[in-house]
Amino acid sequence: ASCIQHRLVVRDASSLQILQLYTCLDQIQYIEWSSDSLFILCAMYKRGIVQVWSLEQPDWHCKIDEGSAGLVASCWSPDGRHILNTTEFHLRITVWSLCTKSVSYIKYPKACQQGVAFTKDGRYMAVAERRDCKDFISIFVCNNWQLLRHFDTETQDLFGIEWAPNGCVLAAWDTCLEYKVLLYSLDGRLLSSYCAYEWPLGVKSIAWSPSSQFLAIGSFDEKVRILNHVTWKKITELDHPATITNKKIIVYKEVEKSPTVDSERLSFLPTRALASSLFSTQSKYEVAQVPVSLQYIKPVADRANPKVGVGMLAFSADNCFLATKNDNIPNAVWIWDIRKLKLSVVLEQLCTIQYFQWDPCQPRLAVCTGSSRVYLWSPAGCIVVQVPGEGDFQIMSLSWHSSGNSMVLLSKDHFCVCYLEREEV
Amino acid sequence: MGDWKTITVPVLSSDSKNIFPHTSERKRSPTSMNSQVLRSSLPSSKNMHSFFSAFCTEENIEQSISYIDRELTTLGFPSIYAESKGKELNLIAIINCMNELLALQHKNLRAQEEVEMQHLKLGSDMDHLQNCYAKLKEQLELSKREIVGLQERDRQLQSKNRNLHQLLKNEKDEVQKLQNIISSRATQYNHDMKRKEREYNKLKERLHQLVMNKKDKKLAMEVLNYVGRADGKRGAWRTDKTEARNEEEMYKVLLSDYEQRQKQLLLENAELKKVLQQMKKDIISLLPPQKQKLKERSEDGLVLSDQEEDIGDLNKENMWELSCETVREQLTNSIRKQWRMLKNHVEKLDNQVSRGHSGALNEKDVISREDHELETEKLELEIQQCKEMIKTQQQLLQQQLTCDDDTTLLLQDCYLLEERERLQEEWRLFREQKKNFEKERKSFTEAAIRLGLERKAFEEDRGAWLKHQFLSMTADCKSENVTTPSSDPDIRLMKSTSRQRKPPSMLSPTVSPEPCQISQYITQNSVASEKPAADNMPNLWVESDDKEETE
Repeated sequence: ASCIQHRLVVRDASSLQILQLYTCLDQIQYIEWSSDSLFILCAMYKRGIVQVWSLEQPDWHCKIDEGSAGLVASCWSPDGRHILNTTEFHLRITVWSLCTKSVSYIKYPKACQQGVAFTKDGRYMAVAERRDCKDFISIFVCNNWQLLRHFDTETQDLFGIEWAPNGCVLAAWDTCLEYKVLLYSLDGRLLSSYCAYEWPLGVKSIAWSPSSQFLAIGSFDEKVRILNHVTWKKITELDHPATITNKKIIVYKEVEKSPTVDSERLSFLPTRALASSLFSTQSKYEVAQVPVSLQYIKPVADRANPKVGVGMLAFSADNCFLATKNDNIPNAVWIWDIRKLKLSVVLEQLCTIQYFQWDPCQPRLAVCTGSSRVYLWSPAGCIVVQVPGEGDFQIMSLSWHSSGNSMVLLSKDHFCVCYLEREEV
Repeated sequence: MGDWKTITVPVLSSDSKNIFPHTSERKRSPTSMNSQVLRSSLPSSKNMHSFFSAFCTEENIEQSISYIDRELTTLGFPSIYAESKGKELNLIAIINCMNELLALQHKNLRAQEEVEMQHLKLGSDMDHLQNCYAKLKEQLELSKREIVGLQERDRQLQSKNRNLHQLLKNEKDEVQKLQNIISSRATQYNHDMKRKEREYNKLKERLHQLVMNKKDKKLAMEVLNYVGRADGKRGAWRTDKTEARNEEEMYKVLLSDYEQRQKQLLLENAELKKVLQQMKKDIISLLPPQKQKLKERSEDGLVLSDQEEDIGDLNKENMWELSCETVREQLTNSIRKQWRMLKNHVEKLDNQVSRGHSGALNEKDVISREDHELETEKLELEIQQCKEMIKTQQQLLQQQLTCDDDTTLLLQDCYLLEERERLQEEWRLFREQKKNFEKERKSFTEAAIRLGLERKAFEEDRGAWLKHQFLSMTADCKSENVTTPSSDPDIRLMKSTSRQRKPPSMLSPTVSPEPCQISQYITQNSVASEKPAADNMPNLWVESDDKEETE
């Protein structure tokens, strides 16, 4: 599904054929599929309206108007029948039910990055709240939206919460002024709290491993600390230095390939595609010899939210690899082998890394840097895939298909689908 | 010498004025203890003569004699006068006295020499000592100066050290101050933030109230029709029962998670225990064969019996029940003990090897270096194998978690059967091939034997043929007669040879050589190879026939 202005276009994933076309009342800011892929919600924040469309019955429609409360965020509940709207200024979260047309309210939600978290099996929802300058977490049962637990957290200013994939542990971390990660069990007990250091800036990003065995904490001191689920103590610290000297680490460097021009082709009138391919630069990967020094950017000291520290963390689906990005060294992706807890590969690109995501089935990493190429890495090697087509296609973000066969590449106003062929065995 | 001087001066004052210069010479001698002494002790003949003449002249002979007698008697010598009171001189006594005086003179000279030598020695010693003293004084000066310099430096360094300590303290104080400032500012900011947040909350509340008041009309949800729930059930009322059920479900989820984790940990524990036991067994098996000394053997014997008991005990019990503290500790302690023993043993071996290298030792007590190295290599190999075994076992365990024991045994049996069958097949093939090879070898040997026989026969024939040839050459008239009977045996031979040629298939008929070669053969009577010769026979026979005819 994709939206253009106020239209919602639904296409088939394998053929990109248009299946449905819906028109909404206003410019759509956010769309989301329901978990059973039967409904799509379109949120228009300016008007405070959410419209829901059904794929099975194109005539069915639903409109939720928040009125003067305004709308800041909207999302589905895991069962696909409730919509959670966050009103302006985070006054409250309204839970609209599509089954019963009933409304529930969650008061005093916290205005933070990740204030609402659902467990992977969709049973429980954790909401961060703040009353009287104190942070609380409420756990709701998604079945009937009953409050299960409500407890306070020892944080100064809760920044985010995230469930472990096994649904039994909730990680909550504090604002970057204070390094504190709290781990709560499902029934609200504090299992452990972790603090690595006191004064410098703290946690920047957090990721759970798919088996819930590890919790990776990326912080502003350019390090990733991994805690284990048995003792909740740090088992290792992964450092991101600007110079790599260990000979066992493979460094893939993206280099520009000078475009090869066939002398025969020049005689003909060049078609548009050919012209674009002539002018666009090709690039390929080269294995660089260790020691390698990566491009390092010194952060500006007097600005808030400096571009320092580990900003992106992602575990691979088979729990074997961890990909990280250190914002000081914005062109490199660091891939760590979790079984050995050591750095195995570094990918150095020509431009700043915008986004990367692991394939949900295999240990394959797709990286985009804002150029018109998508980079794929797997333990077997890495390749550069050029997006064919006219003009510039600056890939800002990408998203894998759940089967791992294709992925969507998004630029500012275009998207394309990249299909990956399966090897014949 | 001094005595001599003092006595002579007053006595001879009247007699000899000439003596004065001599005595004055003599006076000088003691003061300068040099060769002048020697010189004076051995006065020159000139002085001697004048001296002698000065002392005793013709006028005062008696006086001088009496004087001499007096001197000698005072010195302890017998008188030179004869026994009688006359003025007769006892010559013998005089000579004796002279001799004694000479001896005394010699002695004195020697003593003087000695004294002079000692004097010299002492003088040189003193010089040497003075030099040493001077040098030592210099050294002392130098070291004193050095000490002063070092003290100065030490002082400077200490003052620098103090400065640095002071700086460090200052820095620490500053850091502490800054930290205090930071914490105070942090608390201040927190306080301000809280204040602002409260204000913000108040605004929010106000806004909320306004919104809530207004929203009754506008807020609505238009749905065309109700959508069924995802799971098809109806919504439930919110009651205490549902709350209780929620709690129950939540605890169930948590408990199942803990149970799963515990299961995993139990499995891991069991695996590790198995590995430890295996390691223990291996260590035990490694220890006994390497013991050389009786002492260690006796120790080992005791330990062995102990460990065997342990193993027996542990193996008897079911592995899954080994969860109590004491048994766990026992296992780990026993492994630690044995590992320590193995380590000690290896260390002892190392020491022995090193000692064996440095000194000669009893061969029995020392394991030779090569043996030691072999053993260590063997151990390393075993360790490698154990590790691999552990890895494969872990993998197998993970794979076979769900399998029963029966199925695993069956599987193992199947694998064994398969292998055995394969091996049997291979054996069969191998035996067949062996038989074939035997057969071929036999046939080859037979062929070789036959070949030998043939060769012998051919040689005989050739000899006969040559004889015939020779005979035919010598007897011209009989040539035709000779050839006909000789042709038959030849033809017969040919036939026999050709017949015999068939079985050995490897002997292929060769091309017949040139006639010139044949003529060479005839003329030279050299032995060619059997094949061409045999084949040549008909040609030879033909040629010879022609030749004979031409002849």
